[in-house]
Amino acid sequence: MLHIVACIKQVPDTKIIKMNPKTNTMDRASAPAILNPYDAHAVEEAVRLKQRYGGTVSVVTMGPPPAVKAIKKCIEIGADEGYLITDRAFAGADTLATSYSLTKALEKIGKILPIDLIICGKMTIDGDTGQVGPGIARRLDIPPLTSVKKVVEVNKEKGYAIVHRKLEDGYEVIQSTLPCLFSVEKEINEVPYSPLPNVIRAARYQPHIWSVDDLEGVDRTLLGLKGSPTIVAKVWPPEKPKGGEMLTGTPQEQASRILSLLLERKELFRDKEVTG
Amino acid sequence: MAEKFDVIVVGAGPAGTACAYTLAKAGVDVLLIERGEYPGSKNVMGGVLYRKMMDDIIPGFYKEAPVERPIVEQRFMMLDAESAVTFSYKGMEWAQEPYNNFTVLRAKFDQWFADQAVKQGALLINETVVTECIVENGKVIGVRTDRPDGDVYADVVVLADGVNSLLAKSLGFHKEFRPDEVALAVMEVLKLDKKIIEDRFNLEGDQGCTIEIFGDSTKGILGTAWLYTNKDSLNIGVGAMLSGLIKAKIKPYELLEYVKQHPMIRPYIQGTEQQEYLAHLIPEGGYNSMPRIVGDGVVVVGDAAQMVNAIHREGSNMAMTSGVMAAEAIVRAKEAGDFSRTMLDSYRVNLMNSFVGEDLKKYKDATHHFEKYPHYFEKYIPLMNKAASQMFTVDGTPKREKQKKIWKDIGGAGDKFKIARDLLAAWKVMK
Repeated sequence: MLHIVACIKQVPDTKIIKMNPKTNTMDRASAPAILNPYDAHAVEEAVRLKQRYGGTVSVVTMGPPPAVKAIKKCIEIGADEGYLITDRAFAGADTLATSYSLTKALEKIGKILPIDLIICGKMTIDGDTGQVGPGIARRLDIPPLTSVKKVVEVNKEKGYAIVHRKLEDGYEVIQSTLPCLFSVEKEINEVPYSPLPNVIRAARYQPHIWSVDDLEGVDRTLLGLKGSPTIVAKVWPPEKPKGGEMLTGTPQEQASRILSLLLERKELFRDKEVTG
Repeated sequence: MAEKFDVIVVGAGPAGTACAYTLAKAGVDVLLIERGEYPGSKNVMGGVLYRKMMDDIIPGFYKEAPVERPIVEQRFMMLDAESAVTFSYKGMEWAQEPYNNFTVLRAKFDQWFADQAVKQGALLINETVVTECIVENGKVIGVRTDRPDGDVYADVVVLADGVNSLLAKSLGFHKEFRPDEVALAVMEVLKLDKKIIEDRFNLEGDQGCTIEIFGDSTKGILGTAWLYTNKDSLNIGVGAMLSGLIKAKIKPYELLEYVKQHPMIRPYIQGTEQQEYLAHLIPEGGYNSMPRIVGDGVVVVGDAAQMVNAIHREGSNMAMTSGVMAAEAIVRAKEAGDFSRTMLDSYRVNLMNSFVGEDLKKYKDATHHFEKYPHYFEKYIPLMNKAASQMFTVDGTPKREKQKKIWKDIGGAGDKFKIARDLLAAWKVMK
């Protein structure tokens, strides 16, 4: 029986978030908080492996108390248990401090039920770094397998896992010992519309909530802002692309203008291999 | 194995949530199913929430709930193409507890209200569409949702699925509503600085103002436009009978654009930024259009039961009262262990004896009457504007002559008789 833990995060929906034009930072109140979309794929993969091999899926997150909502979303997907570590001491953490805090939580979860596999999403949509997964693996001293797009096999008895890792021009097949950590691409699976019994269970579910004091062997200087060496020197919005042409006139005129533009620039659409 | 609850409530609007709240508080095991991403995400209302009925459910709710502004002034505008006759009532008794009504933004308010039901023990699930009632031997025993393994059972199902309730329709409780039984409302939320709102609408602090706009705002179609003040935004909207819109071949958003450009309205909304655009049907058929609302193992509440008083822009308050009364009947049914139509019928009886039934009966012919005689809107409002213009324009004409001229403008003896008859008829349907 496998114990798989997915690391998840609640993030503002960056598709609709507004930027503060003065500070160039995200106005977090302007967008609803959602489960980081890459993490939904991580949880879904964990649930699929549970269905394939049997076992338990737990999720863990660090965040403010409303992050319970993201955990409930994971229960809807099919996770069995959820753990939230929340404490003022965690506030202001960069990826280094975050991976340390999550590692401490994972160590405690591992004492409840030994962990065979940790799955993370590729990255969060509000930070875009993809550093926390490998950071956790390094601290736990287990192999990190990034860019996983397919899980071929997880064999607990023989202690190995085989996955496909996405490369720029294809993929590589990797075998690793267990326990290990995957961070997964979004094409690894599709997250289906959750079944009603899961949704009802999620509505009832109360996750385990831990503060720093509930964790063991924590060096407080490595937490939150204190434990975060990252300095944000400057934030600026990407330059808006220039150029382009706005088509005007009747629909017929616009259509013929598009057509002539396409014909003018047909080399853009030619197959590279044929021309080159 | 599918789960069974005491009660399933379909729809987390004011009616459904009031019902779920009351049931949960009475210790009933209730599942509240919402199709939107969260309660309120799909709900639309002009923006006025009456205090009384909500206060009956959660006393002093306005101290915690996300209400926008307590209304201290209600203005009524009779609009012609380039003029308006306005009257208003403003009173400081509305500026203090217990207040009369508030503007609310439904996306915020409904979410808060549903949270209170959850705190009482109701189980809320979102993003789940109920596709049909599960019926066995003529009795509703549960619902089917669009999710995998989507069946769930209950002793009673409460249909609070809004106007044009597909579920009540599939049970044969009502037919497809006719275009003269529903109004189509479109609305925009316009962002505006708090301070500017207070200056522009002559308000102090958090106080609010509502303006109901009749006449040219709907180009003579039976309906109204409205402009309400929120904390830092305005709600501007227009609603008109679907049948009238179809007949006049006017699209609702064209009507709203016309209202926004109207010289009497334009100054109020200058410098605003559009934040949201909403559209919804409003059941305005009234008493005569009410469907069957009780069956074996099922009751219908709120908009799904056509519970709107179009004349007094009341709806959410009636919805809440119906939800509470349905809950009370269900609690009695649970005590008796009998969920039959006969047992649940006490909901219908109590509702029809309450202000909801009384008001629906009182105005049962009103919408139909005004729909049938469009000249109230097309003719009399312009006439009123013209008379006011005549009377208040100082041009050296003696006032007695002006009165004669106004009297003459109304038309010949036949027209005057007709107006008297129309006013009498209007009085009859409204009294």
